[in-house]
Amino acid sequence: MMNNQEIKSHETRFVPIPSVSMLPERDIDKGPVLEVMHLGIDFGGLTAVDDFSIAIGKTEISGLIGPNGAGKTTVFNMLTNVYEPTRGTIMLNGKTTAGKTTAQVCKMGIARTFQNIRLFSRMSVLDNVKVGFHSNIDTSLFESIIHGGKYKRVEKETTEISMELLKFFNMEGLANAQAGSLPYGAQRRLEIVRALATEPSIILLDEPAAGMNPSETSELMENIRKIRDEFQIAVLLIEHDMNLVMNVCEGIAVLNYGKIIAKGTPSQIQGNPAVIEAYLGRRKDK
Amino acid sequence: MGLNEIKAKKNDLITYGIVIILFAIVAVMVATGMATRHMQSILVPVCINIILAVSLNLVVGFLGELSLGHAGFMSVGAYAGCLFAIYTADILPAAVRFPLAMIIGGVVAAVFGVLIGIPVLRLSGDYLAIVTLAAGEIIRSVIINLGFTGGAAGLKGTPQDSNFIIGFVVVLITMFVIMNFVNSKHGRAIKAMRDNKIAAESCGVNLNSYKLLAFVMGAFFAGVAGVLYGHNYSILTADVFDYNRSIEILVIVVLGGIGSIRGSIISAIIITILPEALRGFADYRMLIYAIALIVMMLLNSSEKGREILSKLNFRSLGSLLKNRGAKKEVQGNDE
Repeated sequence: MMNNQEIKSHETRFVPIPSVSMLPERDIDKGPVLEVMHLGIDFGGLTAVDDFSIAIGKTEISGLIGPNGAGKTTVFNMLTNVYEPTRGTIMLNGKTTAGKTTAQVCKMGIARTFQNIRLFSRMSVLDNVKVGFHSNIDTSLFESIIHGGKYKRVEKETTEISMELLKFFNMEGLANAQAGSLPYGAQRRLEIVRALATEPSIILLDEPAAGMNPSETSELMENIRKIRDEFQIAVLLIEHDMNLVMNVCEGIAVLNYGKIIAKGTPSQIQGNPAVIEAYLGRRKDK
Repeated sequence: MGLNEIKAKKNDLITYGIVIILFAIVAVMVATGMATRHMQSILVPVCINIILAVSLNLVVGFLGELSLGHAGFMSVGAYAGCLFAIYTADILPAAVRFPLAMIIGGVVAAVFGVLIGIPVLRLSGDYLAIVTLAAGEIIRSVIINLGFTGGAAGLKGTPQDSNFIIGFVVVLITMFVIMNFVNSKHGRAIKAMRDNKIAAESCGVNLNSYKLLAFVMGAFFAGVAGVLYGHNYSILTADVFDYNRSIEILVIVVLGGIGSIRGSIISAIIITILPEALRGFADYRMLIYAIALIVMMLLNSSEKGREILSKLNFRSLGSLLKNRGAKKEVQGNDE
């Protein structure tokens, strides 16, 4: 379904690369940040995801959509090695994530948020962000106990960058609040801030707009673009809000029953008969 | 520096202040002869219970796992430290021997912490509680049946080096280490794990090593408390380190407030002094503990009860229960 003719998107032109996906032209020289080939997972006899291949550019915002139960979150869980894939390879910046733990994958540069918010609810907002910096703080256990000069310096720096990150999302005033007491929208934002604190090269957002009202959603769209522009990282998001997906994403993959049924730009996806069928069903008289 | 850190620091300083002031009062009472011999005899047990409670709080309050084998680690430390002290009694002066014994007791308990911790790592919640309970009982039975530990008759001949001042110093060291630890990068990782394992892991926290770290640190200080205990009495028997002892420490932690170090300290003092002060009720001690636990749990399980507790400034009391409930919910939500 990908033809070689040039397609004008709202911001960038896309160049197809063989068999996998399309990258924004600005990313072609840099290569993809995430390259997934023939990924699949079986739960017992059930094949949840099969032959999932995608490539995401270094600064691309891409979307993963599909009906409920299509396997979108399963893909995220495989990308972060929460589930070990049965088949296929995941290459992050040219390195495979096979055999790594979730924590190591995070260190390699994949950060994520969760569909059902998972904050450290009894810790302060600031501490939540600081946990995000965990892998990048190299104080030893001894320093943690003694609280010596190096510890104090590192801790001060961590606090400063954490506050900067919070400020970026207008949350600096909430730094000392308990994370569990935040309003819903702020909790979602905090999850993103915490994920960014791990200094990823790609951030996976699992239904970031779930439960948000239209004004919060449009703010979220701004934030997603801001993340890409300021941090120069890739974004892959799962979302049911088509308005958000079509406005923000530059490339979209559609998943149904664990298989990719379409890949392309928003306009290509909107006109794709297979996608329309997956969402709305086939017309009977024809 | 963030407001939170200043607050945490202030909180810690208040805790140190309380402990130091209490020490000063007791020291004056002892010096002026106001404290009876009987009163003086419970000063070291108070210190021992503070160390045990603070170190168990690290596991129960900050790691969020229910460990019922604390007395087991205490006994391992006590026997290791006391055996060392007995064999070196003629060679080393007390000033060197006793601190060394405490370090050895702590290290041996920590090694047992690793040994027991590795299988326990795979578990959480109720299962972890049961395995730690069993481990504690196994340790006790093994000690009773070994020759060099003195068996059921007990270990005799440990020099009685424990005194209130040494106990107080060890309490301060324990507080310093654990309070600093909890506020550090490592402590944050452990608290993050308590609140949400999956999220902590996806933030780069290695769950197993941090769980083991908290567990081993708890075991180390339990071992140190054990050495202090062994050096306070002329005979050391394994029977005192039974299941009831572990429960007693847990009761101290729960009453003082799960996750509150200051609470643990105050509650350790009260729980140690009360049975001594109310001699006539000593037989009902376990009964009172059980009732106290039930009352705390009931208060925590209702909205109204939590409100009352929070007014009493026992904020963190119900957190373990709440946390355990929340964990089950989270597990149910996983796709």
